[in-house]
Amino acid sequence: MPKKTYRQAINEALRQEMERDPRVVLMGEDVAGGYGAPGEDDAWGGPLGVTKGLMPIFGRDRVLDTPITEGAFIGAAAGAAATGLRPVAELMFVDFMGVCFDQIFNQAAKFRYMFGGKAVTPLVIRTMYGAGFRAASQHSQCLYPLFTHIPGLKVVLPSNAYEAKGLLIQAIRDDDPVVFFEHKAMYDEEADVPDEAYAIPFGEANVTREGDDVTVITMGRMVNYANQVADKLDKEGIGVTVVDLRTTSPLDRETVLETASETGRVVVVDEAHPRCGMAADIAALVGQECFGSLKAPVRMVTAPHSPVPFSPALEDIYVPGPDRIEAAVRATLDNAVARAAE
Amino acid sequence: MQLSREDLLKAFERMCLIREFEDAVHEEFSAGNIPGFVHLYAGEEASGVGVCMHLDDRDNIASTHRGHGHCIAKGVDVAGMMPEIFGKKTGLCGGKGGSMHIADLGKGMMGANGIVGGGPPLVCGAALTAKTLKTGGVAVAFVGDGASNQGTTLESFNLARVWNLPVIFVIEDNGYAESTASSWSVSGSQTERAKGFGMPATEVDGHDFFAVWEAAREAIERARAGEGPSLIHVRLKRYYGHFEGDAQTYKGANENEETRANKDCLMLFRRRVGEAGLLEGEELDAVERSAKQRVEQCLLQAKAADMPTEADLLTDVYVSY
Ligand SMILES: Cc1ncc(C[n+]2csc(CCOP(=O)(O)OP(=O)(O)O)c2C)c(N)n1
Repeated sequence: MPKKTYRQAINEALRQEMERDPRVVLMGEDVAGGYGAPGEDDAWGGPLGVTKGLMPIFGRDRVLDTPITEGAFIGAAAGAAATGLRPVAELMFVDFMGVCFDQIFNQAAKFRYMFGGKAVTPLVIRTMYGAGFRAASQHSQCLYPLFTHIPGLKVVLPSNAYEAKGLLIQAIRDDDPVVFFEHKAMYDEEADVPDEAYAIPFGEANVTREGDDVTVITMGRMVNYANQVADKLDKEGIGVTVVDLRTTSPLDRETVLETASETGRVVVVDEAHPRCGMAADIAALVGQECFGSLKAPVRMVTAPHSPVPFSPALEDIYVPGPDRIEAAVRATLDNAVARAAE
Repeated sequence: MQLSREDLLKAFERMCLIREFEDAVHEEFSAGNIPGFVHLYAGEEASGVGVCMHLDDRDNIASTHRGHGHCIAKGVDVAGMMPEIFGKKTGLCGGKGGSMHIADLGKGMMGANGIVGGGPPLVCGAALTAKTLKTGGVAVAFVGDGASNQGTTLESFNLARVWNLPVIFVIEDNGYAESTASSWSVSGSQTERAKGFGMPATEVDGHDFFAVWEAAREAIERARAGEGPSLIHVRLKRYYGHFEGDAQTYKGANENEETRANKDCLMLFRRRVGEAGLLEGEELDAVERSAKQRVEQCLLQAKAADMPTEADLLTDVYVSY
């Protein structure tokens, strides 16, 4: 199977869906770039080149550069979605949700319910998230828990290039508004990605490692760290199951509860803040539904309750990494041992 | 009001300091020594300095992601700025903000901003404070051409007018927002837009320090006199990419070179004061040299400074944490 980067996989998914369905349009700031400028047209393809090459194929009528006016164009994408287009709007960094959130959570997310099931809003918002880029407090946040909180939105976090392509195709074909989170530190990471179009269904978590001792439940970039830890501990004879949620909404409760019950020891890893986040959400679910099979308290590995710092010295200790995940897995085992000895 | 010799020297010094600072940051970034996103102000010096020459510490400015020049123009010390950009503990913000969030509230510099259009509403607030507490202060929002399309900016025009706030909106139109031309992205004209909100507005050549200075003088005098907000549309060019690392393929062939050769604000300033016999070439050379030394010195200090440590990670989230 051909190797492709996360960036290429996303570009390919967009291209194939635009070829398949003329109602799919892209919009966002500099998604082509160079509009009105004397030099190269399609100069950017987004700030990290993810959509480069699409405008020359589909033209400016389907790859729409926008002024810097997220409230208006994200809202326009929602309105277009409700009336017959299938827009993929780029919110360059998820941190910019602040200037357009109303159109997402009060408008797009609620049309179907408020209008008594009559509306369909096949809107995709692609957005970058995550720390590790030295991009400081307003360009590094995760924020997917805020979107997950809102009924009516679907929230997707692809953990590698293969996942990115299949989940983005599903997002475009889905009839609900979907927020698609791309981790900015992953664009150059490669995986095996089929050339043909394929869709990965929402709400079906992927078990990427299987082990008997501890279950690590996570999403997005953290899946790779969890896999690394599982592989390392496997050599020591500690079996770690890793669950990649893929979508935080809808949530695959079944896989979460099944894998949690099987090992009885659960670590939830989430790059976002700890309060009201995915880690707390999953921990509560497991605590409520699997109490009888738990052998140790559920542990959360998250970023701290602080904005993302700029300084590399601080950011490096801010982002959860394999070391902290490994420590949490070991602590979960120690807890279990301590309890058995009582 | 006229510019005194001291004023002219001060203005030239600040413009040189910005140019030297940005050129140094450009070099250091290219060498891989500076982390993160960096947006440089080189080429636009006459705008920030032309406006801020009329301001003092009671006045506030809000900047953009392209904030180093506004800091220096407002009198922020480069000795605190450089280590901030390197992420050092000795930086103005302890290394927590970096280039995009550099701020010095004591100097009335309310921060560079990572959110396009983040500044104008904040400046309305600063102006409200000045008006309510009768400090005599005004507030200036530096706004890019791209940011001029943001709802927050246009809403602030209206709020500043209906509250009759001492605000000056300075639209720094360098022709591009990222790679997108302002000739495409901005509907209508900046000055007509402002007039639609009932604000006086003028357009100036932003490479000409004296033109900016004069337009800012009028707008700021109006604001101080309680006559409300104004807008200045400043046309200029940036010398570097949108951010460091931008290949700038959207620009015209030789666009940067031609601007540097024909419209450089330092060159135009020298020519103007020389022709008018206001300052000697040697005096200006000396100012330029000392700006260069100042930047070299703070660069050395910044590089030698310590990084913050784990103990700093969770401080400053709240007033006491
Ligand atoms: C709300 C928001 N949208 C988009 C961006 C990404 N962005 C950063 S700078 C920029 C272009 C700004 O252009 P302009 O206002 O003209 O300022 P200039 O860079 O030309 O100084 C964009 C789109 C952002 N930081 N914030």
